Amino acid sequence: MYRVHLPGRSTNAAWRDAARRLASHRILAEKVEWTRELAGTGLFGFDPLPANDGAYEVTASKALIDLTGAVLCHSDPQAPALAYRLLLRHQYDRRALSNPGDPLTQRLRRMEKSVRRDIHKMHAFVRFRELPTEGLRRSFAAWFEPQHFITERAARFFAVRFADMDWLIATPEMTVTLRDGVLGFGPAPQQRPDLPDDASEALWATYFRNIFNPARVKISAMKSEMPVKYWKNLPETRLIPQMLAEADARVAAMRAAMPTDPPQRATRILDKLPAMPVANMPETLDQARDAAMYCTRCDLCQAATQTVWGEGDLNAALMIVGEQPGDQEDLQGRPFVGPAGTLLRELMEEAEISAVWLTNAVKHFKFKPRGKLRLHQNPNRGEVQHCRWWLDLERRFVAPRLTLALGATAAYALTGNPGPLQNRRGQSEQAMDGGPVLISWHPSYILRLSGKEAQSARSMLLQDLRHAARITI
Amino acid sequence: MRRTLQDKLAILADAAKYDASCASSGTTRRDALSGGIGSAGGTGICHAYTPDGRCISLLKILMTNFCVYDCAYCINRVSSRVERARFSPEEVVTLTLEFYRRNYIEGLFLSSGIIRSPDDTMADMVRIARMLRQDHGFKGYIHLKTIPEASKELIDEAGLYADRLSINIELPKDSSTRQLAPQKKPETIRAAMAGVRLSQEASRDRSHGGKRPAKFAPAGQSTQMIVGADSSPDRDILATASRLYTGYRLRRVYYSAFSPIPDSSAALPLIRPPLMREHRLYQADWLMRFYGFEADEITAGGKDGNLDLAIDPKLAWALAHRASFPVDVNRAGRVMLLRVPGFGTRTVDRIIAARRSGAVRYADLLRIGAVMKKARPFVALPDWSPGGLTDNDNLRARFAAAPRQLSLF
Repeated sequence: MYRVHLPGRSTNAAWRDAARRLASHRILAEKVEWTRELAGTGLFGFDPLPANDGAYEVTASKALIDLTGAVLCHSDPQAPALAYRLLLRHQYDRRALSNPGDPLTQRLRRMEKSVRRDIHKMHAFVRFRELPTEGLRRSFAAWFEPQHFITERAARFFAVRFADMDWLIATPEMTVTLRDGVLGFGPAPQQRPDLPDDASEALWATYFRNIFNPARVKISAMKSEMPVKYWKNLPETRLIPQMLAEADARVAAMRAAMPTDPPQRATRILDKLPAMPVANMPETLDQARDAAMYCTRCDLCQAATQTVWGEGDLNAALMIVGEQPGDQEDLQGRPFVGPAGTLLRELMEEAEISAVWLTNAVKHFKFKPRGKLRLHQNPNRGEVQHCRWWLDLERRFVAPRLTLALGATAAYALTGNPGPLQNRRGQSEQAMDGGPVLISWHPSYILRLSGKEAQSARSMLLQDLRHAARITI
Repeated sequence: MRRTLQDKLAILADAAKYDASCASSGTTRRDALSGGIGSAGGTGICHAYTPDGRCISLLKILMTNFCVYDCAYCINRVSSRVERARFSPEEVVTLTLEFYRRNYIEGLFLSSGIIRSPDDTMADMVRIARMLRQDHGFKGYIHLKTIPEASKELIDEAGLYADRLSINIELPKDSSTRQLAPQKKPETIRAAMAGVRLSQEASRDRSHGGKRPAKFAPAGQSTQMIVGADSSPDRDILATASRLYTGYRLRRVYYSAFSPIPDSSAALPLIRPPLMREHRLYQADWLMRFYGFEADEITAGGKDGNLDLAIDPKLAWALAHRASFPVDVNRAGRVMLLRVPGFGTRTVDRIIAARRSGAVRYADLLRIGAVMKKARPFVALPDWSPGGLTDNDNLRARFAAAPRQLSLF
């Protein structure tokens, strides 16, 4: 029988040295007893540890070292022995560690989780009180009672967060201090230290009382996240009984209270707010645009981000009408800024078109969310017809000499003819409100094609743009 | 009468408690080793819990609860007779830092009623964040509730100081927003969210020289929707949430059960807050974000487009799609395992890891942490077959809580 005595600090390193030595002799877990500082000693009859490493090689993966490191903090006296058992097991069965269904792995993982949670709770529940100090750095102190041996592990968090002040955290295990930026560890205090009152604690209590919504009491949720074992060192928990006692009465009073009349200043303030910019019959393009921003003529406005109004040269002789805004257009609120728009702008440059009014037949993006994407959907005829109101206004105020319709939706919106484009492309048709409409492919159609087909569709669109440029010079 | 800091804190914390979000996670890693105070990054920390089961992670306050808007569901609307108060920017900064130094909080969640104009209000909020970051070297978490009508420049500056920006969508449908919050415009709210997304994406693109622009709201944006103040069914709520997630890359949509407020408007019923509905919506939200469900699948089987309150939405889906079950745990892919009731994402990860060490059996699943009481009828294992259980007519009744006699008084 062997016995290993682990110190209160640097437990991990001591355990590793001893465990490696023992494992190199393949000494069985049952043959080793592990004790920790503070634990009673006095039993005799143990063999000394072997003086040298044994014949067997000992290996440990990073995952194993991390796991045993956490497990050794656990308050269970069995923890070092279980960790050693896992180390031995690891020498011939490396898979056990990555099998969550393995009973030993599962037991150690559970201990690791408990340790991690305790560290997290220490980070959350330490409450500092300010100490009087003469130096430049402010000084704070706290008392905390963790469940496991975690003070050392949890200390770094406080060191990097509260680096510009001096502080001390005392636990039954040890005392951690930060003095002038240097982290130090010392023995635990004999008893719970008496900390001076701190004025901020009253403000904290006020906050705690008032952020509580009495209409949604859920005590179990509170207790599961803020276990009662930590309550004795949390100043705010003293308020809880009274808050609960008053909760029902507060809610009942809210229900019973009749709605009051608004104070006089309410109407005065509301009257001063700017009114919605709604003109029934817009007289300028800007008025039309402002009204279109709040359009609810069809249901597309529910899902789309915003109305995408046309833009460009108000006096242009050419108007280019697309189908509807896409994903990027919808986000940015500008027409033709997505991939298809980029292609169109490229071709327009090649065709040397500069003065143009760019817009869409439908002003809201129609889509279906799929995973992380918003998939484009064609607007239906009703939506196109509703939106024609805005297109007509735009056409009235811009008064182009020629309109270029990109794709079937734009062609339908302008001419009323829903027929397929195959035979209409490159032709000029009559718009419903008069004026010629040249029909071409939508650039997104070109983007969907590939190879030769894309090339030829691209040159057809370019040809139509050049044609439009010639007419409108 | 001048109010003390205590009085103001009482009023302005009370006014802020209807905001559900308190997250402090998912931002960049920072610490105070190179000066200043505070740290952030990694998982958030909840420093305390109130008896409503909600955590306190941030100092959640309003800058002021004076407001020129008249939103029927809000305690701070202009027509309410609630007590009003206003913090000075210095007071907010001091409170935040003093609470932070005592380890009460992770940072600040600042919201505000709208005073004078949206731009004036937003400028004050940005000033507070700037003071914390630049004058005091504060490295903790800052969440700013953005005012959608504020100018783009102010929102862009807010994004430089804040870890998270949020803009409340308020109600699931535009028509409800127009009716209950007449001064708010759903289009403006969505356009502001789109703006935040675009600014975030722009901040990720390196310049030609490889220089990275300043970080913009590294913990992303979130929103809050009030549930139960209008008549929208869960189907509409989830559809709206799913559009917000895909459209604006929101980190979170918070659902807030409408709860009675002091001095409430006559326009709204003073109901008990629909907490169970809120809970089911959160479960459905998780299914959309982590389990590969689409919004319309989740509510497809429900009555009037609502979720089943008695059982969780994943179980409800499985009961409606029994033809897909039982699932062979040792062969099924990740996508299908995620659809088994009682299996969480972590359970599924562990199952896949455990399969490498040989066949997974019933006892293994228990150890792994699967909720077998729920999963049992839907899985097949070498030592377990559900037999007729999967298609049993009473399966739903086994899971739903027994009906309870209503109180007569």
